[in-house]
Amino acid sequence: MRNKKLLGGAVALLSASMLFAGCGSRSEPAASGSAGGAATKVAKIGVIAPLTGDLSVMGLGIKNSVDLAIRQANESNAIPGWKLELAAEDDTATPDVGANAATKLAADKDVVGVVGTLNSGVAQSVQPILNSANIVMVSPANTSPNLTQGADLANPKRTYPNYFRVCTTDSIQGPFAAQYLFESGVKKLAVVNDKKPYGQGLAEAVATKFKELGGEVVSNQTVNKDDDDFSTVIDLMKAKNPEVVYFGTEFQLAGPMSKQMKDKGLAVPLMGGDGIFDQKFVDLAGAKSNGDLATSVGAPIESLASGKSFVEAYKAAGFSDGFSAYGAYAYDAANAIIASLKKSLPSASDASSARQATIDGMAAVSFDGATGKVGFDEFGDAITKTLTVYEVQELKWVAKKTGELK
Amino acid sequence: MAFFIDQLLNGLSLGALYALIAVGYTVVYGIVQLINFAHGEIFMIGAFGALSTWIVLGWATGGSTAWWNMPLMLVGGMLVAVLTAVVMERFAYRPLRNAPRLAPLITAIGISIFLQEFIRLFYGEIPGFPDAKAAIPFPQIEFFTGDAVDVGGQLINRGTFFIIAALVVCWAFLWWFVNKTATGRAMQAVSQDPDTSRLMGIDVDRIIVIAFAVGAALAAIAGVAHGVRFGNIDFKMGFLAGLKAFTAAVLGGIGNINGAVVGGLTLGLVESMAASYIPGQFGGAAWKDVWAFVLLILILVFRPQGLLGAKVVDRA
Repeated sequence: MRNKKLLGGAVALLSASMLFAGCGSRSEPAASGSAGGAATKVAKIGVIAPLTGDLSVMGLGIKNSVDLAIRQANESNAIPGWKLELAAEDDTATPDVGANAATKLAADKDVVGVVGTLNSGVAQSVQPILNSANIVMVSPANTSPNLTQGADLANPKRTYPNYFRVCTTDSIQGPFAAQYLFESGVKKLAVVNDKKPYGQGLAEAVATKFKELGGEVVSNQTVNKDDDDFSTVIDLMKAKNPEVVYFGTEFQLAGPMSKQMKDKGLAVPLMGGDGIFDQKFVDLAGAKSNGDLATSVGAPIESLASGKSFVEAYKAAGFSDGFSAYGAYAYDAANAIIASLKKSLPSASDASSARQATIDGMAAVSFDGATGKVGFDEFGDAITKTLTVYEVQELKWVAKKTGELK
Repeated sequence: MAFFIDQLLNGLSLGALYALIAVGYTVVYGIVQLINFAHGEIFMIGAFGALSTWIVLGWATGGSTAWWNMPLMLVGGMLVAVLTAVVMERFAYRPLRNAPRLAPLITAIGISIFLQEFIRLFYGEIPGFPDAKAAIPFPQIEFFTGDAVDVGGQLINRGTFFIIAALVVCWAFLWWFVNKTATGRAMQAVSQDPDTSRLMGIDVDRIIVIAFAVGAALAAIAGVAHGVRFGNIDFKMGFLAGLKAFTAAVLGGIGNINGAVVGGLTLGLVESMAASYIPGQFGGAAWKDVWAFVLLILILVFRPQGLLGAKVVDRA
């Protein structure tokens, strides 16, 4: 009898520990130097991104790139009389931790804008908090269309006036991938997603467009985000002989999936969205990942002059982590905020009174960023709809085709 | 038919992984009635131990992936895992041996979180070792990983062979160890009645340490098998695997070694069969955990002692 009770208690405790595992936030000390003259006032640009955990590769790239933009603005004295500082918060890619981070930044009266988040799922919980504090939020990486256009995409309605993004959305990225596949002669596609808002939205968009074009979606599966073992899903797909597998997810699932597919004899390319466009994907997928595909937003960074100078400046700044998939976007997002701050801050008495004017100024922002033309439409979406298909060749991502959705 | 055989092998290899870990839960529970929730982390540490061994070997061999790396990696992983388990037993559990039951349980959860965070934050700081904050690719050792093998038209993943062979060998070893050696008989005696065993001259503390060590060694083998089969390892791989293995141990009848093996294989088979054969809304890989736990609940309702019952006499 005693043992049964013990087991019951153990299970209860364990589930409690699971609940709490998601809590607790770590914050990085804001990178800042000593204040300049006595007359300079301080305004902070926040970052909300996963700085620890699976996606920290991308999150740290975002943080560092924003840091770079801020340092450059301070060096060139972009806003006379004001000094910008970085306030980075970790969201551990979890919505509730992201909400805590947003609350913390909203309570800081010096914060005038936030670059973030990485995950669309986290953005959903961050948007309303920053909106009620009138803090502009520019995402380098959220691709869920609902974030700007509301739940009903047939009747788009802007949900939060403070929210902008510099990347294209799944409603463009997904169909672009489908279009690329269909045009390169693929007729049978298998679709998988990880049930997270990003992966699911992307996979659905790909499947819908692929069918519309006349292709056949032979298999539609889901996996859990903590899975290591994809054997069953792979067998189910293999039975349908797809020519390509599209996996809506991030690299930490897509890498092992690609490896296990090929180990199991399903030797067809795996394709994913911008979430798998990282060298880590190739590391995890191993030697047989050549031929795997990814779409990513914008043109290849190296193909633009402004992109090249970002890459050089980033290298020169001596960060210990690379800028990863979203660094250039985060850099552009920070510069978009800084562009608006140039107009809103000089006339403001303190940082918090400039918040509304900064949001209002975003519509007028337009410049050539590291990823191309930066600007926003009436929903806060990026005006640039350019995407690029990348392919793994000799275990490196190589740009294959840049274009726009037809 | 080929599809069915694929699913059978998927289920068996997943089940064998659970079974290898479940043995550790069951052996320790049988002897000290402690549910060692940090055991999933021992499995993870075993995998990292094997990876570290390969990296250190690589300094001499230039990253050779020849087959002979594998036995060395297994030994390295087992050493690290056993050492961790023994230290854990000595400093965290032994002082609490006579404390109320909840104290060691909470300690176990604490150790579990400690070990995860330790690997996550510290592993990458060791010079020459990769950052463990995200998943790390497991070394691809010749012969053990690579293309699927064609057996009479059926493509079989090499990791599947590795893991099933590992379970068979470990099971045979355990049977011999528990039934044919003096230490094994002492373990049985302690699990039946520790006080009388002590009076008969058995060093109970030593037996408990051996129970932890045996469980850890098997968990390390499972950790390596995980790396071989799935191609990567990460700091949190022990959490879900540990939970599933614990489930397998309860399913088979906790305290019973054969029960852990049967429970593990059953759980693995149910997961893979449910994912492939339940049609419609509730089918597919995403629902496999739901069906696995539905089965657990049903079995515990109708057979609370688990599939094979408790061979070990219950002290309580």
